[in-house]
Amino acid sequence: MREAEHLVHKYLRSSKRFPHIWCSGCGIGIFMQALVRVIDQSEYSKDDIVLISGIGCSGRLPVYVDFNTLHTTHGRALTFATGIKLANPRLKVITVMGDGDAVAIGGNHFIHAARRNVEIASFILNNNVYGMTGGQSSPTTPHGAITASAPYGNIEPDFDICRLAEAAGAVLVARSTVYHTRLLERLIGMALKKKGFSVLEVVSQCTTYTGRFLQLNSPVEMLKWQKDNAITVEKAKQLSDTELEGKIVIGVLVNRERPNYHEQYQSLLGKKSKV
Amino acid sequence: MNRVEIYRGWCKQCGICIAFCPHQVLEADDSGYPVVRNPEKCTGCLLCEMRCPDFAIVVNKDEESREETGSPAGK
Ligand SMILES: Cc1ncc(C[n+]2csc(CCOP(=O)(O)OP(=O)(O)O)c2C)c(N)n1
Ligand code: SF4
Ligand code: SF4
Ligand code: SF4
Repeated sequence: MREAEHLVHKYLRSSKRFPHIWCSGCGIGIFMQALVRVIDQSEYSKDDIVLISGIGCSGRLPVYVDFNTLHTTHGRALTFATGIKLANPRLKVITVMGDGDAVAIGGNHFIHAARRNVEIASFILNNNVYGMTGGQSSPTTPHGAITASAPYGNIEPDFDICRLAEAAGAVLVARSTVYHTRLLERLIGMALKKKGFSVLEVVSQCTTYTGRFLQLNSPVEMLKWQKDNAITVEKAKQLSDTELEGKIVIGVLVNRERPNYHEQYQSLLGKKSKV
Repeated sequence: MNRVEIYRGWCKQCGICIAFCPHQVLEADDSGYPVVRNPEKCTGCLLCEMRCPDFAIVVNKDEESREETGSPAGK
């Protein structure tokens, strides 16, 4: 009988210590496995991929996998990604960011990468909190939630990452949870194929902080929460805004075409060489 | 029969694989580690493997049952 080998093991850096650093039940590992599975099924070799992160628990993801990887500064994954894509358009450029990384400190880079339509597959692991630094509020922490920096409840309204991405010009905008693993893989695949700036919001669980604040006391309860509150884009269309409150709309939200930054840059070079 | 293997050294006893197996194949032992209780019920759906945050559980699909269902792993 064939010995069972986990597919992900083929992609792990043998120099790293396992089990990995993430807490028990944390969603980042589920996303990492999905990403690796999709890449394994794709035409990309390990050398075709550049995986870039900022700082945060999610930022540690590239440390573990054997692609070309960059672990950059907090909020700046997209700036490095833009530079790499322009310098070597042949590469498949992927960013992995936390919600704080992407839309707090990195919010400015996020909207401009979307506006320029740089071909980057960007995955945002939204656990609604700053995990790495101890559970402070992030721009996606729900109004009223108790966090380390809002012990009496968060008075700020939260960002909808997908609407932000749509308004800023991303050509593919989608959302999944880590519970919905098959959908997650399908959407990762679409994001990798898209010839422009794609955003996949991955609703994930920080079992150490968000779980405690939301009084979901175990990883299993947090996944159940994702399962019970998720609703497909199609079903969501039939509901009013009040009915949609607290729901996680999953699926493809935007899929459109627009010339990407790199194509325009190439045609500019073509024009210049004729002068 | 499909064979489900657990790498104890990597498992963090989160319980996800146990709770969401559609056929109650897995059970927690006294320390919270998953153990295969009903191997004959496993359909090889791979959900436990895909949802394990620690890559600590792997489903070795039985070639014969794969032919019977006519569908490749994970579909
Ligand atoms: C310039 C800078 N400011 C602040 C920090 C401290 N810091 C490290 S991670 C982090 C937030 C992490 O939250 P998020 O991006 O949501 O990722 P998570 O840890 O939840 O995956 C902060 C504020 C830093 N490393 N660098
Ligand atoms: S603190 Fe939260 S986000 Fe960070 S590894 Fe632990 S569970 Fe995951
Ligand atoms: S493969 Fe499916 S049926 Fe078998 S143990 Fe895993 S989740 Fe259960
Ligand atoms: S999902 Fe993975 S880490 Fe969690 S109990 Fe099962 S084997 Fe262990």
